[in-house]
Amino acid sequence: MRLRILVADRQIVRPGDLLAEIEDSTEHLEERIIPEKHIYIKDKKIYSDTIGLATITDNDVHVIPLEGVYFPKKDDIVIGLVVGVGITNWIIDIRAPYKAILNGSEVIEGFNPIQHNLRDYLDIGEYILAKITIFDRTRDPILTIKGKGLGKITEGAIIEVKPSRIARIIGKKGSMLNLLVTKTGCNIIVAQNGVIWARCPDNNKLDILVKAIKRIEEKAHMRGLTEEIRLFLEKELEEKREK
Amino acid sequence: MEKPVLIREDGLRHDGRKPDELRPIKMDVGILKNADGSAYVEYGGTKVIAAVYGPREVYPRHLALPDRALIRCRYHMAPFSTSDRKSPAPSRREIELSKVIREALEAVVFTELYPRTTIDVFIEVLQADGGTRTAGLTAASLALADAGIPMKDLVAGVAVGKVDGVIVLDIDEVEDEFGEADMPIGYAAGIEEIVLLQLNGVLTREEFVKALELAKKGAEQIYKLMKETLHKKYLKVLSE
Repeated sequence: MRLRILVADRQIVRPGDLLAEIEDSTEHLEERIIPEKHIYIKDKKIYSDTIGLATITDNDVHVIPLEGVYFPKKDDIVIGLVVGVGITNWIIDIRAPYKAILNGSEVIEGFNPIQHNLRDYLDIGEYILAKITIFDRTRDPILTIKGKGLGKITEGAIIEVKPSRIARIIGKKGSMLNLLVTKTGCNIIVAQNGVIWARCPDNNKLDILVKAIKRIEEKAHMRGLTEEIRLFLEKELEEKREK
Repeated sequence: MEKPVLIREDGLRHDGRKPDELRPIKMDVGILKNADGSAYVEYGGTKVIAAVYGPREVYPRHLALPDRALIRCRYHMAPFSTSDRKSPAPSRREIELSKVIREALEAVVFTELYPRTTIDVFIEVLQADGGTRTAGLTAASLALADAGIPMKDLVAGVAVGKVDGVIVLDIDEVEDEFGEADMPIGYAAGIEEIVLLQLNGVLTREEFVKALELAKKGAEQIYKLMKETLHKKYLKVLSE
């Protein structure tokens, strides 16, 4: 499939914007959507289905959305808030259109609903770092906290951002996240659902980190953002040191 | 009220517009903090605000659809939007308009991507001066795009009408009241699809074709403005 691409790389596109034309394919292509690329194909033409940045990678085009809610995906790492406790499971809010479920047997070995009261282990209002094990749209996502680093969050700070900004906060090959970690000295875990867990050496560092993250969130569509954030962090850290 | 002169001797309309001229249009997106997407649209004296929430969980649960997202739409006129106070309770007219706007939006939104969820659209008319449903549709479509909901295309709403025998674009309150016909349409200009079409009054076949052509032309102008408005939101951040 050869494409004639009609947009520039990192150009802002809106729903219905024509991105490319399919040149060679002779067969009739049916109208179809490719949700993960945020494009749809109709009459040999590729259109954007959302507001985002057109991204061109060798003869292919897709859109990175700038807005939108978090949609669960299998194997995603998420940070959730416990909002309900049942007899055998917890209900977790993962900022998605569906409530997630964490089963009692995930947390307690040899779980028996008669013996164990789930409230003794995790209560409403507590945060957990978890992984989505099962999700197929027909039923609510199931979480697990078995795995390295997963489990209840007992210290540090939680920062909420737009889920569409997560890719930018991590950066290409983790460049932005590396920058944030090395400059502020915080331990940062970025969850796919737009929640960030930060453990910082002191509150000044945390303040600066939050400011930097909010800046990334606002200017996600800007070129050379990593460099700007580097200068911003250096300036802020310098000011704090002088005080 | 006595019928005013709708088409003046010089061929212009009562407010000085040419027959194929739109009223001054203003648009903005992202104006509400709490909504996932929002928009403000002004067609002359008609002022409309729209807010979109979702996709989110459906309450009450039994309304959820197993294979696609539910779109709920509420078109509402504020009590202060008209010269006589309008009762805030949903009227027969408002319920109908909510339905036709919802159906227009269902034609462009990829609801099948979000089964068992809902997308809630609220349209609030702040000031009514004719063409509130079309301004409402434009605002709702902008708010959906602002919320990042996958959709085929943006929808621009515009009304055409026949006043004193002349087919005119974007009719206002006076022209609607004293004219012979009023035809609001919703047009997705990028994919060239008509998603809403109503007609109140009488048009001959030729007049209908002419009116539709005029409406499409008007909708295309509005569509262009909508795209610019969405773009501008991000450019503003860059220039700061």
